[in-house]
Amino acid sequence: MIEILSVTGPASVQDLGRFDQYRFGVGTSGAMDDVALRAGNILLGNDENAAGIEIPMMPFRLRFDRDTAFALTGAGVEAEIAGRTIPPWWRSQARAGDVLTIKAMPRGARCYLTVGGGIDVPTVLGSRSTQFRGEFGGLHGRPLQPGDILPCAASTATIGELGVEPADVTLARAAASADETIVRVVIAGEYDAYDEATHALFWRSSWKITPQSNRYGYRLQGPTVKPRAPIEKRSHGIVPGVIQIPPNGQPIIQMRDAQTSGGYPKIATVIRADLWRVGQARLGGKLRFEQTAYADALAAEAEMSAYLDRLRTNVRLVEEIRACR
Amino acid sequence: MTTPDRPRISLLGTSALLFEAPGAFDLPHQRRIWSLAATASTWPDIREAIPGITNLMLTFETPPRELDTLIAALNDGWDAAEGLAIGGREIRLPVTYGGEIGSSLQSVADHCGLSVDDLVSIHAAPLYTVFALGSHPGYCYLGGMDPRITMPRRQTPLQRSAGGSVSIGGSQTGVSASPGPSGWHAIGHTTWAFFDPSWPTPAALAPGDTVRFEIERVIR
Repeated sequence: MIEILSVTGPASVQDLGRFDQYRFGVGTSGAMDDVALRAGNILLGNDENAAGIEIPMMPFRLRFDRDTAFALTGAGVEAEIAGRTIPPWWRSQARAGDVLTIKAMPRGARCYLTVGGGIDVPTVLGSRSTQFRGEFGGLHGRPLQPGDILPCAASTATIGELGVEPADVTLARAAASADETIVRVVIAGEYDAYDEATHALFWRSSWKITPQSNRYGYRLQGPTVKPRAPIEKRSHGIVPGVIQIPPNGQPIIQMRDAQTSGGYPKIATVIRADLWRVGQARLGGKLRFEQTAYADALAAEAEMSAYLDRLRTNVRLVEEIRACR
Repeated sequence: MTTPDRPRISLLGTSALLFEAPGAFDLPHQRRIWSLAATASTWPDIREAIPGITNLMLTFETPPRELDTLIAALNDGWDAAEGLAIGGREIRLPVTYGGEIGSSLQSVADHCGLSVDDLVSIHAAPLYTVFALGSHPGYCYLGGMDPRITMPRRQTPLQRSAGGSVSIGGSQTGVSASPGPSGWHAIGHTTWAFFDPSWPTPAALAPGDTVRFEIERVIR
């Protein structure tokens, strides 16, 4: 078990998401940075869909009540346990009674704590992810609070320390800078309702991520994007990554807790292989969009899968070498 | 906005595709959407076929390498779709119009050039059909609203709107099942339970069910 000692902001239990309940109005939820959650689970030899804790703000402290293997992935954080510093993208072993403190997050926006065997909250409608709007899943369908006790699935294995290269290093985009995240998008249904000058404005602008950005959506600020004529659409399904343009002309990227349908015009959709980059983009930071073709978006997903395959292989090799000693 | 004669098909990145039917926002078109959804949900690599308002979203189990086959199947499926008539339940929903939750009652009335009483009676008159579920757990999009009480969605969506809100967005109306962000205008509220993850089917209502609003109270 894990006891939450202190928490800042809406930390929550998330797995990869709830993907087949749209017809009941239930969105995906799930880790905002699914690559980081997978990597943590790979490091621990877990099922990649095992639930972890998504931690968006520091400081965060918790206590392990027994010996537990854990990993920290996602945002670059300053963390320590029993006086030892834990590097990012690293797995380690906690002893019973150890307190893990995550003090600061110099890079990125969300850190993932995964544990051997996974956080063992009940599966609701096929997933352990917290559904905030529906108030189910995760721990009682709500953000974590001090005093919460999280059950961990049994894992008796003691494993050695091991780190992997962070996704933002391996999968870095050439033109990206420290304060600007570039994400690839495929154009969406209403793209042609905007004129050429507006298209150019959309592509070249560096969009500011406003403080009203969260797991529901990233609300951006920049020049006003207006269609040739006002658009009022019939409600239709949308998915995380869809970029809507409300009549105020300021884009909103739908994220993991987004509504499952909407009617604002959609100019583009962030590709799945880059959605985690949005999840790691910080409030106050900048975002820029890069147009990509559907086939290239699939190629980007394959590249992401190849990165995860390499992690799996490397972790397995390390275990085999250790077993031989 | 002109309505094209052929369906519009567009991508939602690599995880889904949207099919928008041509023609009116009415029950005959929606019945064809239900029929197409039932067909498409059996296709390989399709995770779910989710009806919207005279449109259909397909989510991918695996994104297709090329889209032409899927697009052709959707177009053919639409042309072949006979209306699927679903005999649903009829639900009576008592509504308190106006008040703190229905705070847009007056502004919608003003926008439509109606008195509050006329707006309420026009809104409560029809037997609405649940066209689709979406937005948030258990939420129902209703078809059958009188076009005289149409009001465009908000310029900027609200960060939080109350659970149980009865709202108008464009030419649609619906009742929110829980609190959350909304771009619609709330004109009233109800206390009915629309969703519970422990129910065998988690949503209380399904496409094809019908809803009648009963005016419980009007707070001016």
